[in-house]
Amino acid sequence: MLIIKNLSKSYQMGEQQVTALAAVSLQIARGEMVAIMGPSGSGKSTLMNMIGCLDQPTGGRLFLNQAEVNQLREKEKAQLRNREIGFVFQSFNLLPRLTAWQNVELPMIYAGVKPKERLQRAKETLELMGLGPRIDHRPKELSGGQQQRVAIARALVNRPNLLLADEPTGNLDSHSSREIMAVFQDLNQKGLTVVLVTHEEEIAAYAKRVIRFLDGRIVSDQKIQQKALTKEVEP
Amino acid sequence: MKLSENILMAAKNLKNNKVRSLLTMLGVIIGVAAVIVMVSLGEGAKKQITDSISAMGSNLLIVNAGRGGMRGGGHATSEPLTNKIIEVITKGSSHIERIAPRLQKSKLVKYGEISLRTRIVGCTTSFPAVRNYQIAQGDFFSEADLSGRRRVAVIGAYIAEELYSGANPVGLELKIGKMRLKVIGVLAEKGQSNFGNSDDLVLIPLTTAQRRLFGTTTLSDISVQVSRAEAMEQVNRELEEALLAELQDETKFRVRNQAELLSTVEGTTQTFTFLLAGIAAVSLLVGGIGIMNIMLVSVTERIREIGIRKAIGAGQEEILGLFLLEAIMLSLAGGIIGVILGCLVAKLVASFSGLMTVLTMPSIVLSFLFSVMIGLFFGVYPAYKAAGLDPIEALRHE
Repeated sequence: MLIIKNLSKSYQMGEQQVTALAAVSLQIARGEMVAIMGPSGSGKSTLMNMIGCLDQPTGGRLFLNQAEVNQLREKEKAQLRNREIGFVFQSFNLLPRLTAWQNVELPMIYAGVKPKERLQRAKETLELMGLGPRIDHRPKELSGGQQQRVAIARALVNRPNLLLADEPTGNLDSHSSREIMAVFQDLNQKGLTVVLVTHEEEIAAYAKRVIRFLDGRIVSDQKIQQKALTKEVEP
Repeated sequence: MKLSENILMAAKNLKNNKVRSLLTMLGVIIGVAAVIVMVSLGEGAKKQITDSISAMGSNLLIVNAGRGGMRGGGHATSEPLTNKIIEVITKGSSHIERIAPRLQKSKLVKYGEISLRTRIVGCTTSFPAVRNYQIAQGDFFSEADLSGRRRVAVIGAYIAEELYSGANPVGLELKIGKMRLKVIGVLAEKGQSNFGNSDDLVLIPLTTAQRRLFGTTTLSDISVQVSRAEAMEQVNRELEEALLAELQDETKFRVRNQAELLSTVEGTTQTFTFLLAGIAAVSLLVGGIGIMNIMLVSVTERIREIGIRKAIGAGQEEILGLFLLEAIMLSLAGGIIGVILGCLVAKLVASFSGLMTVLTMPSIVLSFLFSVMIGLFFGVYPAYKAAGLDPIEALRHE
């Protein structure tokens, strides 16, 4: 699914050359659930952005579904972000003026889905996230956990193969965090590849594989016994 | 993604920011409305002037006294224009339909207790035909009145109204200075013109005016009606030659062509219209800059939104399109409202101030198109700025 070879990223900060990623190599197979850990500045978010086709590496290669991302044109990358990848952010990143279903609708608009089908699919996906009765609420009117579930619905609505989550539980209390992780585990069981960045050991324990970063390098990469959660989403 | 989807999205964004959208449009609304009102005023002034020139009569040449003998300017003297000149003109060309010599001076007229100052015009029987006057009541004076130097008068509609307060003045007495005359007719109303009120005058036989009232043999001017429009230039030339032969001095007279007068006046009012439109266009431009300003603020304000949209699959074109469409829709809506407002104001100005306004299609279409172009032009830069944002930077933006 994802092959990374000697990927590096460095940028100029004043007079200093800062290396965010130093020749990282990595493979992630379909159906995996990977937690990427490390202190801030260790390069985990940079890697995430590159996998998500949001950032350009300064060296190395990155293959997503056999396609080399760096060789794609801007438009093709946008399409990839739209259809192959679902993004979940720490701060939810919902558009505040739009209702829950309108937020979920957005990726489908860019994918060219017809209006009727959009409403239908947005409803279905939100129901799957246990938000059936709240599709007309604006983000302000929802709790943090609910907002994050809207964001997950938005990430899933175009049926991507890869879900990228950057500190998805960073702004949530422990109860909501467990809820969100249960959702991820459930999606992973249904075949979705999940990659999430976190610095909480507890959250990482819900993954099947943990990769640790330090100073732009991988320091450990091990399969772990997944701590299972039962899906207990309250509407 | 289809264009229609982007249009819907842009419309939704504008609707979500109603106050800001309205304020942004205001500049364009005022600009477009100003252009339309200003041009309509300019066109109205032009129409009023050309109408009043045409109302003077058609195919007209006017022979005036020149400034002959007077050094360094001063008033034209009517000395050289005497009754003899009428003969000269009559014989001067074969394409003359009618000649209307005129002697006019301002004098006090009186009926009963009311008196007012008006133009006393001594003229011949051809005057109404040449200068487009109709008789509303009574009769015009006859050749017999003219040759008998009779004390008769035909009064303008304004005089009839002011002196006789609407009663039928025919048969009543009118005093010009100390001379008593009999009113035999009233002219039909002609309305205000740019050369004074055409209804504020008293016509009396030329002979009466010259011999009895003013004691002179001179004329103020002579209107010459040419039989065919094509012959205007020829007659103009022939008259100038004849008059030069008679008076021996080309500075003593002037032959003015009504068509020339018309084109001079049209030229001046055209400049006037352009000037007004130019001033208004500047305000339209300022409105456009307002759009750019607001769109730039809007881009900065929505950096995070742009980042989110990019992360979930919006391409550069889609972001570019979204912001460009918002700018175009603002100026389009502003343009439409401006056109409606401009037409309304032009009508209101016409009905309340008495100024004539003429709405012309080109001014409406042009100012509307201009407003749309302005939206496009000033929308491009902010839209490019939005589309070119780095998604990661944009997502980090607080």
